Amino acid sequence: MAFKNSIAWYYFSSPKNFYPLAGRLIPWFWGLSVILLVVGLYMSFFVAPTDYKQGESYRIIFIHVPAAWMSMLIYLVMAVYAIIGLAWKLRMAEMMASALAPTGAMFTFLALWTGAFWGKPTWGTYWVWDARLTSELILLFLYIGYISLQSAIDDPRRAARASALLAIVGVINLPVIYWSVKWWNTLHQGASVSPTMEPKMASVMVTAMLVMTFAFWMYTIAVVLMRVRRTVLERESQTSWVKALVGDRVENSSAGEKQ
Amino acid sequence: MSKINGAGEVNQSSLFAAWRAMVVRDLTLAMRRRADVLTTLFFFIIVVSLFPLGVSPEMAVLREIAPGVIWVAALLASMLSLGRLFSDDYQDGTLEQMLLLPQPLSVLVLAKVLAHWLVSGVPLVLLSPLLGMQLGLGGDAIMLMMLTLLLGTPVLSLIGSVGAALTLGVRGGGVLVSLLVLPLYIPVLIFGTGAVDAATSGMAFEGHLSLLGAFFVLAALLTPLATAAALRISVE
Repeated sequence: MAFKNSIAWYYFSSPKNFYPLAGRLIPWFWGLSVILLVVGLYMSFFVAPTDYKQGESYRIIFIHVPAAWMSMLIYLVMAVYAIIGLAWKLRMAEMMASALAPTGAMFTFLALWTGAFWGKPTWGTYWVWDARLTSELILLFLYIGYISLQSAIDDPRRAARASALLAIVGVINLPVIYWSVKWWNTLHQGASVSPTMEPKMASVMVTAMLVMTFAFWMYTIAVVLMRVRRTVLERESQTSWVKALVGDRVENSSAGEKQ
Repeated sequence: MSKINGAGEVNQSSLFAAWRAMVVRDLTLAMRRRADVLTTLFFFIIVVSLFPLGVSPEMAVLREIAPGVIWVAALLASMLSLGRLFSDDYQDGTLEQMLLLPQPLSVLVLAKVLAHWLVSGVPLVLLSPLLGMQLGLGGDAIMLMMLTLLLGTPVLSLIGSVGAALTLGVRGGGVLVSLLVLPLYIPVLIFGTGAVDAATSGMAFEGHLSLLGAFFVLAALLTPLATAAALRISVE
């Protein structure tokens, strides 16, 4: 094998070697995600004190803020994988980038959705054209553009590379979009309605929020690894190792049926 | 393309010659199909004319929304014309020949975008005063609006070229390109309308123009590279 003497990093950039590694890692990330989620939800519902101004409805931020953080983080990670994939022509990185997009879009949507539910009791309206909400909405558009471009191109190789380029263009534009929207918002609205949280948040709230963020993070890794394994099988279906793997599975299952 | 020196040698004069040849070629092609240009232009007029019917014929209301309406219509019109940027060349094989030229592809892309802007962007700029008057904008505001469109529409063409290159030959390319490109147009929209709004409410607007200029410089530097990369991905 050509990879014999290479470093492990390079070894696992081959889909053939990454596939079993991902398979071994997935249960761990699921486990971590579930544990953190249970701890985080317990803290957010039972340990964190009731907010003196907003009452119980503020508790949605324990989902909302981590989801918003993850939505931005995932776009960044996606762009990094896109750059690696384009620069070194690594198929594994291309597949990772495209596997991240649906989860990122899901978190963006979750952040908007929970934000609307939080906005109703707090501001009295589901939607405000606030800088953060607007840029989160634009982020959702960027994710959707990425996903649609990818699904519109039939050739998987071209789809991966074209969407990778789009992700890079998007990540360069994101700060520009964010600052433009922020500037636009200050001009049009002033500081009448601001979603900024109280600066003096109880530390248990911050801890709960961080625990939830890590839970989401672990969930993302688990789901992305599952998705990327499926993509590997799809795109490598003509190779001998996938044929051997699938052939084994078929034989095992038919043997199991006979017993 | 006869002015290119042989043996793959690219010197400065051949680079400029190729660039100019590309601009002239694209303009000639566009002039032979004037209907395409007019379609985009009438789209722009129709979209703007729908707003008084849909919102209100009150001049006070129209005057307030005029910059935004004209800018949004310009975004849509410029986006609709993106389909023509590369698709004909892609279909008849010219694009593949372009990729094989010794000149850097990004320079040729810049030529094509310039030609595209001259054909689809400049008419919008020239027509905007008429639409501004329809919506009750004053003389100064109209002049400023033209200026922002003059600075902003090239940025739209440049950013749009990336989307057009990525969606070459893709099914549903026309609708898809709008999903890719419109979110990226937002900063231009904000500062284009912001300048006119600021001026009508008596505030300083020079900052907006500077930012639009900055967007233009950045887009002119970066997007041809991205578009060239996208073309290579699409044609490969």
